[in-house]
Amino acid sequence: MGKQNRRDFLKTTAIAGTAISGLSIKSAKAAPKDILSEDRMGVLVDTTVCIGCRNCEWACKTAHDLPTQSLDKYSDRSVFKEMRRPDESALTVVNEYPNPQNSEIPTDVKVQCMHCDHPACVSACIVGAFSKHENGSVVWDTNKCIGCRYCMVACPFQVPAFQFDKALNPQIKKCDFCFERTKVGKLPACVEICPVEALTYGNRNDLVKIARERIRRNPEKYVNHIFGEYEVGGTSWLYLANQDFSKLQFPKLGDKPAPGVSESIQHGIFAYFVPPVSLYALLGGLMWITKRKNESEE
Amino acid sequence: MDSYTKPAQIKKKYFTPGVVILILFALNGLFWLAGRFFFGIGAVTNLNNQYPWGIWIGIDVAAGVALAAGGFTTAALGHVIHREYYHDIVRPALLTAMLGYTFVAIGVFIDIGRWYYIWHPLIMWNGSSALFEVGICVMIYVTVLYIEFLPVVCERFIGHMNLKGAFAFLNKPVEKILILLNRGLSKTMFIFIIAGVVLSTLHQSSLGTLMIIAGPKINPLWQTPILPLLFLLSAIAVGFPMVIFESLIAARSFGLKPEMKVLSKLGTMVAPILGVYLAFKLGDMFIRETFVYLTSFNLQSVMFVIELLFGVIIPLRMFLSKAVLNSPLWLFVASSLVIFGVFINRLNDFVIAYNPPYKLVSYFPSIGEISITVGFICLLILIYRFIVMNFPVISQPDRSYSLSTKFSIRGSEK
Repeated sequence: MGKQNRRDFLKTTAIAGTAISGLSIKSAKAAPKDILSEDRMGVLVDTTVCIGCRNCEWACKTAHDLPTQSLDKYSDRSVFKEMRRPDESALTVVNEYPNPQNSEIPTDVKVQCMHCDHPACVSACIVGAFSKHENGSVVWDTNKCIGCRYCMVACPFQVPAFQFDKALNPQIKKCDFCFERTKVGKLPACVEICPVEALTYGNRNDLVKIARERIRRNPEKYVNHIFGEYEVGGTSWLYLANQDFSKLQFPKLGDKPAPGVSESIQHGIFAYFVPPVSLYALLGGLMWITKRKNESEE
Repeated sequence: MDSYTKPAQIKKKYFTPGVVILILFALNGLFWLAGRFFFGIGAVTNLNNQYPWGIWIGIDVAAGVALAAGGFTTAALGHVIHREYYHDIVRPALLTAMLGYTFVAIGVFIDIGRWYYIWHPLIMWNGSSALFEVGICVMIYVTVLYIEFLPVVCERFIGHMNLKGAFAFLNKPVEKILILLNRGLSKTMFIFIIAGVVLSTLHQSSLGTLMIIAGPKINPLWQTPILPLLFLLSAIAVGFPMVIFESLIAARSFGLKPEMKVLSKLGTMVAPILGVYLAFKLGDMFIRETFVYLTSFNLQSVMFVIELLFGVIIPLRMFLSKAVLNSPLWLFVASSLVIFGVFINRLNDFVIAYNPPYKLVSYFPSIGEISITVGFICLLILIYRFIVMNFPVISQPDRSYSLSTKFSIRGSEK
């Protein structure tokens, strides 16, 4: 410090300021894909129809090149004794719960990524490795991910899993809505194999209508709640059930998008870089004034 | 302030029994670290799909960033508002911040699964991510801290270049470069100092934004939209206690007289900042009515009370007392409590408060995780000791001044 005069000071401060504000324009361009298309697809899961055959688990593993047992082994129902979660070796799992309407037929619930309309993972990811595509799918990009696992912290459904056991190139594993299959016109693997049509693939807006219609026709069978219609701002996957969703271990979530508060704070702090640049200018001014005061005192 | 003090290398033996113990802990940490790189994160840590972040993020990164805040608070005090009185403590604080942030960066490096992609945030931007902002700010701030430290390196070597043998011819040119660098830096340093303060303000607060997106996974005692403000205030509050803490430890360890005049004056500034922090913390608790969660007795509520009582309220009362401010021992205790409070707060916010909706396995840090965290802290202390012994960082009574009456007029400067 010391010898620079006021003119130099202002000049360099101005240059630093311009450099910082120049960066903000670039950052807007580099943001990850986050499209909320009117035509986005979804799946309606009717848990009252599901029979817990777990064929979807097998189909999912096969479609995603994950190691799997042969299909006939999946008829083993002893796995239902404990609640399971999707992880790095299984992108979807089925859990079983008691059915209050008929104790003979338990309720089975398939679990996988919900493909949120406003995904927390897309908002949180430090490098923008997640993107929300036009068809509704939320997909992870292995070429960007640094393995920080912030997506796992952010996800309200606790879905993304990480290959903790791999020393090199560990991946984030989660349902990708069969992005590669739907791209070429195929159905998602789980929807295709489901023998009882518990899963309906289609335009999300249509699925909401179908779900409402089912509830209207059988009000004694369904609870009047489409899980995923409004939860965390809406999800591509929608669920129907004959009992309260909390009994099926669905998380209790509000209607506000998960990244809402965090994003508004972030965008507030960085509104066109005005707050940081003004703080810089303020401190610069303060520095100059106190320095002059000190000098005049001497 | 004794006007006859000047930063100088400390002439002492490096190895003491304490240092040897630190080295053993550091080696143990490095041993486990090798395991992490050869066998993966899962082999060394207890992290799992329910608890993706553990103490490496909660302590090494979050608490590390907060406790290195002394760097920017003293820089603001000493350089931005020109309180020359405190110049003696600017360099030690700067060194702590520099080493602290270096270890934060290393902490991130070992925690991320794909460490070889650590440079990705530089070119792959996501403006809506709080973590992106923290990452970029920390990267730039580490660079700024190293630039701020360069004058110390210049001061050490200008006129003392003494390479031997085949490299002797380098002495002259290197010295010329250092002189040029020093001159350039003294003219532009103010840019870096202000940038350092701005960057710190930004990422200290954004560190608080990090857990907001986790929503209901974070215990309501901590989850609040004003987390960034609370993080910033607590970081500012812990800055001076950290400087006091280190200064007293260094004085004891090197057998120097503690600079009580400066330290107790620094201490008078702690209570007001801590008071503002406490007001926001309690105000937030009453507005959101989260005190109801304190009625249930569990890990979270106990940790919250410990954090607030021992980490904020008791040290706040202590810093208001003249007797505490003037006693090295009590000042040390009070400062330690503030440091403890912020440390626990970060650990609480990132680890204890984290409550995933589906718990298949619970989380408690593994021996490997603890070993690496402890090893890094020991390594940091060892490097700090090495640097203050080889670079002019800590101010000491300067004989050359006291011997020569010519300079005694400088005493009027304060």
